[in-house]
Amino acid sequence: MRRGKKHESGRSGLARGIAAVVVACCFGFAWAAEEPPKAQPVGDPAIEARALKLGHELRCLVCQNQSIAESNAELAHDLMNQVREQLAAGKSEEEVRAYLVARYGDFVLYQPPLKASTVALWAGPFVLALAGVLALWRVLRRRSREEMPALSAEEAARAQTLLRGEGKEERS
Amino acid sequence: MKLKYLIPFLIFVTLVALFAYAFRLDPREVPSPLVGKPASAFALPRVDAPGTLAGPADLRGQPWLLNVWATWCVACREEHAMLVRLAREEGVPIVGLNYKEIRGDAELDASRLSPQEEREAALLRARTWLAQHGDPYRFSVLDLDGRVAIDYGVYGVPETFLIDAEGVIRYKHVGPIDERAWREVLQPKWAALVGGKR
Repeated sequence: MRRGKKHESGRSGLARGIAAVVVACCFGFAWAAEEPPKAQPVGDPAIEARALKLGHELRCLVCQNQSIAESNAELAHDLMNQVREQLAAGKSEEEVRAYLVARYGDFVLYQPPLKASTVALWAGPFVLALAGVLALWRVLRRRSREEMPALSAEEAARAQTLLRGEGKEERS
Repeated sequence: MKLKYLIPFLIFVTLVALFAYAFRLDPREVPSPLVGKPASAFALPRVDAPGTLAGPADLRGQPWLLNVWATWCVACREEHAMLVRLAREEGVPIVGLNYKEIRGDAELDASRLSPQEEREAALLRARTWLAQHGDPYRFSVLDLDGRVAIDYGVYGVPETFLIDAEGVIRYKHVGPIDERAWREVLQPKWAALVGGKR
């Protein structure tokens, strides 16, 4: 799944390219099963577990809605191998994360850090929820304030008879 | 009270405007954090002379382009004529980083090749391709496993980096360079770098 080969979109056939990528990402697993796994786990299961856990937090640059642990893109395999190697070499999760962020930006993190450029991302949902609650509160308050129109003496008398269950409402 | 009925309409218009804007953006274009940072050093075998290692150090003192390419990349073929023109007519120094020539080709199974065989096959493919389509590169180097490309934050081919005389990455272009991308985006930046040197 790279810009070249199969999706010869380049930037020009953008829609075609996006469609192809979406399809490829959605059905990626179908053909991936036939391919031999390219990302080789290292011997140590503890390292492998850590690598997988970290890999699930990192976004694949090619199939952007998959983590590098899930994606079958070539680059995701390469990056997973980097993660494994570096963890095996004694680096911490934080160091590996920093290594990838230095090259691909905050974009690789599924949990980007809170900074000026990501404030809208982090605060947005809360702002929207707050706006919703405020709107709801206003509507409810307005509704409760609307007064019931007072009954005339005649209407009150009719209501009383109806409530008592006496007399039948004459329809005219 | 008439105003009240305008609200849903205004929300609708806002949404349409937002979508109209957002659908023009390319979500696959990831901004590179490497712009403004020194281009990372590497020494890789040259395609024309694999015994010789080459890297960014060889281009010090002049602005240049680092172009990531591969023979299996169709978009690279699209932009190739443009690169040849830039090199020949405008004298732009371009260095090629040949990205995973064998392993990146989905139609090949590189796992059965020995490192030596892989290198030979990659050299043959790259050289044949350059002989066929023209060679715009000062030199091209082999990045068989794509490790150097990872250092440059490459996530697809082609990608092109604009690097200044001090070896600092000034711009990253994702996707093929066509006439328009060069004229509107890259050429002004290039002219600024070349002009700044004098």
